[in-house]
Amino acid sequence: MSNLQVSVYRYNPETDSAPYMQEFQVDTKGRDVMVLDVLHIMKEQDSGLAFRRSCREGVCGSDGMNMNGKNGLACITPLSDVVKNNKLVLRPLPGLPVIRDMVVDMGLFYKQYERIQPYLQNDTPPPAIERLQSPEERDKLDGLYECILCACCSTACPSFWWNPEKFVGPAGLLQSYRFLADSRDTATSERLSNLEDPFSVFRCRGIMNCVAVCPKGLNPTRAIGKIREMLLADAT
Amino acid sequence: MSNLRSLTFDAIIIGGGGSGLRAALELAKSGKKTAVLSKVFPTRSHTVSAQGGITCAIASDDPNDDWRWHMYDTVKGGDYIADQDAAEYMCSEGPKAVFELEHMGLPFSRLDNGRIYQRPFGGQSKNFGEGGQAARTCAAADRTGHALLHTLYQNNLKNDTVFLNEWYAVDLVKNASGDVVGCIAMCIETGEVVHVKSKATVLATGGAGRIYASTTNALINTGDGIGMALRAGFPMQDMEMWQFHPTGIYGAGTLVTEGCRGEGGYLINKDGERFMERYAPNAKDLAGRDVVARSMVMEILEGRGCGEKGDHVFLKLDHLGEEVLGKRLPGIVELSKTFAHVDPAKDPIPVVPTCHYMMGGIPTNIHGQAITQDESGNDHIVNGLFACGEAACVSVHGANRLGGNSLLDLVVFGRAAGMFIEGALNAGIEYLDASESDIESAMKRITRWNESEGGESIPELKAELQDIMQTSFGVFREEKNMLEGVDKLAQLRGRIANAHLPDKSNAFNTARVEALELDNLMEVAEATAIAALERKESRGAHSRYDYPDRDDVNWLKHSLFFPATKELKKRDVNFKPKTVDTFEPKVRTY
Repeated sequence: MSNLQVSVYRYNPETDSAPYMQEFQVDTKGRDVMVLDVLHIMKEQDSGLAFRRSCREGVCGSDGMNMNGKNGLACITPLSDVVKNNKLVLRPLPGLPVIRDMVVDMGLFYKQYERIQPYLQNDTPPPAIERLQSPEERDKLDGLYECILCACCSTACPSFWWNPEKFVGPAGLLQSYRFLADSRDTATSERLSNLEDPFSVFRCRGIMNCVAVCPKGLNPTRAIGKIREMLLADAT
Repeated sequence: MSNLRSLTFDAIIIGGGGSGLRAALELAKSGKKTAVLSKVFPTRSHTVSAQGGITCAIASDDPNDDWRWHMYDTVKGGDYIADQDAAEYMCSEGPKAVFELEHMGLPFSRLDNGRIYQRPFGGQSKNFGEGGQAARTCAAADRTGHALLHTLYQNNLKNDTVFLNEWYAVDLVKNASGDVVGCIAMCIETGEVVHVKSKATVLATGGAGRIYASTTNALINTGDGIGMALRAGFPMQDMEMWQFHPTGIYGAGTLVTEGCRGEGGYLINKDGERFMERYAPNAKDLAGRDVVARSMVMEILEGRGCGEKGDHVFLKLDHLGEEVLGKRLPGIVELSKTFAHVDPAKDPIPVVPTCHYMMGGIPTNIHGQAITQDESGNDHIVNGLFACGEAACVSVHGANRLGGNSLLDLVVFGRAAGMFIEGALNAGIEYLDASESDIESAMKRITRWNESEGGESIPELKAELQDIMQTSFGVFREEKNMLEGVDKLAQLRGRIANAHLPDKSNAFNTARVEALELDNLMEVAEATAIAALERKESRGAHSRYDYPDRDDVNWLKHSLFFPATKELKKRDVNFKPKTVDTFEPKVRTY
């Protein structure tokens, strides 16, 4: 695939009345590079192309985007995973307002994260050393704490598209469960009552797009199921 | 009057990584009007990439562990130019800072007794080097930096810290007396440039590994705080000291934690030989990083490298078994599959020493106060300016940082700076306001870029800079090569001063950010090059073919680079810890 056809979403609010797709021919020299490398090559041709990036190794969550229809991180997605018929279509994460080109306004996403009170709450005074936690208790946090807030999941979720103000979304709920599951957290009932309404959790329809796209292999749907169980148990 | 909008804070913290967030947390709790200004959303900062852990004598793995042993290792690891008062402070305060992180919710891995899991890391010993390998690095699997950064961000949310996310600090603003009274900053989303007024300005801008072509560092690590401080005329300390991490993934540069060797992995050459046994008979693969990196290069230069070009070695992990890999090193399994196309449970990972960490930086005392030196060599505090984390040089790392000490540095000295600033604000500090011309001078370079009409392209100049540094200032150095490097950098400086920013738009203009970053890379590269050329000895990470030995008579000193004259001076190392005896320089073997 030496001259890759890339079609990329462009929109500069200062100069463009509407977004458009721009075509690039990218010479990858036959190598199976990452999508982020392709973006860098395109930026050398057109320095105005805007996208976020930082760690370039899949841990900072900056470069979530939609690549040939699927959300993922550009820095850990090799062309061989997404390119079909030598064509690559790059769009910003769906459902969030576009600031410029591939850069979206993450405000709504962060607001939902903040809403679940994403910090440990423990009303007992801390000991002089660490709070103890058994390896088994700690194991319950695996698959939860690793979230990098890239928003690939929430912006792939139809329920979040419809109700981004009211439905917490898979990323926020995964973090909510990360604290509900933590043996050191004592705010379980407040956390649950904060989620009791018909929208916050219950708008999840189990579509599982979140699971399909999570670049860290996490499973928000399972976490949401656990929260539902806790809410139901709490109600009875 | 300036037509710039101004924002006023008691303290402004530039940088949203571990040290900045820790400082901010302290100040937010104190109720001071504080803001964190970060060019990326805080959890995208490079702290997130730290893997193996945070080294600290919390006496969990070994109930008899002692912070003094940790201090000894740190001073020895730094080849005796770490400041002993600072190492003492870090190692003794460390446990408090680590327990605080745990209380904030950091999901540390655990031992069966419920305490924090600790793993062995390089350069660690018990009983001042006499008691064998210690296991002192507190870990959350191999994602400790991620866990730490998110925990700090979360607790800043809890304490209502003000965030200016995706804002870029351009330059420091100094008043007529030379005090730092704020900065010029740009909102990346709108392009608006503002004057941030502040009684305390904290540079927590991290490292600058992007001066090298091959680095484990994030793309954002462009030494912005170092550049700002140098342009403001302040000196940099020990800038020749760059750590090359032994295990960057060959080709990609991504980091593979030292924790792999801590868990029992080891390096092999093309003959399958565990070569570290020859270079460091006792510590073997867990010798200091500088020692391991040099040994790897020796193996490669002597024809025992792996692969078609013989230009890397292998890190063998398969003998650890899938269970240990899955439990303790899950991130490494992911990274090596993605970037090396290798499953470490079956095959070894190709690795090569890769630029990783800047030991040097803005000289500070243990309170984070920036320091400069007068004509007669006396230290002076720079009013209003603070630094912590990788951007600072306290110095706890000396000529070579030990694995796991960077995360400890971040939280201990971020916290210390926060506490000190709170006290100073309570005591009441007032500086002269900046004048119109003070602000103008801090606006100079952004104006220069905005008015550029032609010239060379930013990405090409950046690539050239990185090549020069890689070629002339790598693991092994020598005068001839470094002189060439210094010359090329001098020319490059002129070309960068005339380079072109084609895109002048305002909304999320990443090209403008990259232009401003390039200026900073230039400053860091020049300070590094001149310091490396002038330090005529080999110590820690600074290895010269032409001066292969450590020279304690002339160079048991910090180097201090002055930007105005481009001169390198010397500064005394602190050998006066408060509560323990001085660790006298010894021959450093592992």
